[in-house]
Amino acid sequence: MTTETTRGAPDQAAYTAVQGSADFALLRRTLRGFIFPMTAAFFAWYALYVVLSAYARNFMGTKVVGNINVALIFGLLQFVTTFLIAWLYARFASRKLDPVADSIRERMERGEA
Amino acid sequence: MYEYAVSAGTQRGITISLFVVFVLITLGLTIWASRQTRTATDFYAGGRSFTGFQNGMAIGGDYMSAASFLGIAGIIALNGYDGFLYSIGFLVAWLVALLLVAELLRNSGKYTMADVLAFRMRQPPVRTAAAVSTVTVSIFYLLAQMVGAGALVALLLGIAPGSTFLGMDANTAKVATIILIGALMIIYVTVGGMKGTTYVQIVKAFMLMIGAAIMTVLVLWHYKFNLSSLLGDAAAQSGRGAEFLEPGLVYGREVADNAQQTFYNKVDLLSLGIALVLGTAGLPHILIRFYTVPTARMARRSVLWAIGIIGTFYLFTLALGFGAAALVGGEAIRTQNPGGNTAAPQLANALGVMFFGGELGGVTFLAVIAAVAFATILAVVAGLTLASSSSLAHDFYANVVRRGEATERQEVRVARVSALVIGAVSIVLGVLAKDLNVAFLVALAFAVAASGNLPAILYSLFWKRFNTTGAVWAIYGGLISAVALVFFSPVVSGSATAMFKNQDWAWFPLQNPGIISIPVGFLCGWLGTLLSKESNPAKYAELEVRSLTGVGAH
Repeated sequence: MTTETTRGAPDQAAYTAVQGSADFALLRRTLRGFIFPMTAAFFAWYALYVVLSAYARNFMGTKVVGNINVALIFGLLQFVTTFLIAWLYARFASRKLDPVADSIRERMERGEA
Repeated sequence: MYEYAVSAGTQRGITISLFVVFVLITLGLTIWASRQTRTATDFYAGGRSFTGFQNGMAIGGDYMSAASFLGIAGIIALNGYDGFLYSIGFLVAWLVALLLVAELLRNSGKYTMADVLAFRMRQPPVRTAAAVSTVTVSIFYLLAQMVGAGALVALLLGIAPGSTFLGMDANTAKVATIILIGALMIIYVTVGGMKGTTYVQIVKAFMLMIGAAIMTVLVLWHYKFNLSSLLGDAAAQSGRGAEFLEPGLVYGREVADNAQQTFYNKVDLLSLGIALVLGTAGLPHILIRFYTVPTARMARRSVLWAIGIIGTFYLFTLALGFGAAALVGGEAIRTQNPGGNTAAPQLANALGVMFFGGELGGVTFLAVIAAVAFATILAVVAGLTLASSSSLAHDFYANVVRRGEATERQEVRVARVSALVIGAVSIVLGVLAKDLNVAFLVALAFAVAASGNLPAILYSLFWKRFNTTGAVWAIYGGLISAVALVFFSPVVSGSATAMFKNQDWAWFPLQNPGIISIPVGFLCGWLGTLLSKESNPAKYAELEVRSLTGVGAH
């Protein structure tokens, strides 16, 4: 039921062939080369924030401007980095991933696997 | 301190009228949607016809619960900085969904989370596990929302202890609210399916964002857009002093002369932080939203919109929380509700008095925000009901009971019946639990999603060797360890704020199980995989090629 695909979809052998092809390997490498390091980076950055909130209270409480302290700035920076990473990924995906994915898909849909 | 009693009648009238208007509009949309709901794809995935922006709004509507709106604003209002920790976890979590899950899931799945989990596995065990986990997570979350709605109604409608409303005292009103919310969510889901539910969520997100934006601008306007003086006033009026602006009043609290408890509190904070950030991408009601758009690229765009909307909303709640502390004051908030859940409505009242011409303006603005809060609850519970009924019908009935032999019509009928049953069960549980402290269930839902569902999803998408045993072990391992640890924790028994205050069977010292249960889930998935010889490289080739390229996507 779930494995049923749309009409004219490629058969099993075609998938295995594409999986082994050079441009698919490139697509996978490009994707993983972005998402895995980026995930590690934002997770470490977020973990640093949580750990500092738990164990470095004096540092986090340091006032920077008026009543605005390091904790607040650190928290707001988490927002900034989240928005930034989302934007970077969107740009990366449309430039580097989508064209390769499209060409593989179109080729498979034409039955030229 | 604002007198609810004086103007309770006016306020109640406006709140109820506005809420009725919201219900009528959404019911209208639901009925309209039902006319366009014919196939299973319509019912489960809204015909995959939504745009990235619409779905982003709906995701926001699904995700920004009363717990975020009233709860986080309340925590910030009473305890300052610590409430902000929650919103940061809830937001950063979306990067997991964006980078690792949304597009790949959209490309390779059809209606439910289990479509991806069971793609290359033996269907019955994996689908059963996924259905168990989906229903458990959704019911936990549902109960927290419904009991929360019951607890709020007396406050939002201004039913003071000892007084009545339509002949109901506060307690009867609580029960009536739980039944009403339950009945409405059943109607939205059974009649409108995913399309109806999505429109409810879009309308709600719109109302919530506008309401929160107006309040934020008014707060900042009052302080001439000087954040520092807002913070200074908030700290002064909170009754907590300078500590109010620093982490540590709620989470990771340092207990004098009790090094052990201090240690546990700090580990608890780390545990909560991990569960929040890893839970979102494993919540079934969020995952099924990615199927409502036509392509993976649209799924990406919906998450981008969702990140923008949700992030902006959490910045608003920061202003609302500190604004409530500064303009209403910690004392007045605590008197109204010790948990701070009425901080946002009380702030609305104060702002109305200041900006919209005194008493009547205050009452009106309070009423508007109260109606928004009810709308918020309704949209979230509808999404949860839909997720669990979809999983029961598509995963358990169609693919386990009927082994894939059910027709679309049968499947959709079972989905509707399931929504009715889930709704009825949650009404009964909600009424039974109405006086218990079940707020922890939201954090538990996130912990279960992070411990059971997320490992299974990530292994499925990225690990070639992963197999049926691994998937089943990951889901049950994460689910059981998270639930069991919480059951034996101080949130369920043996503490002053526990669900059962007078009993004590607690031995697990943390309130949040994530720091143990998430590694357990990942470990179980890994171990289960290695202990089974099953491996299907051909099906993995299909899953990998489909998930990365969108070939053969539904």
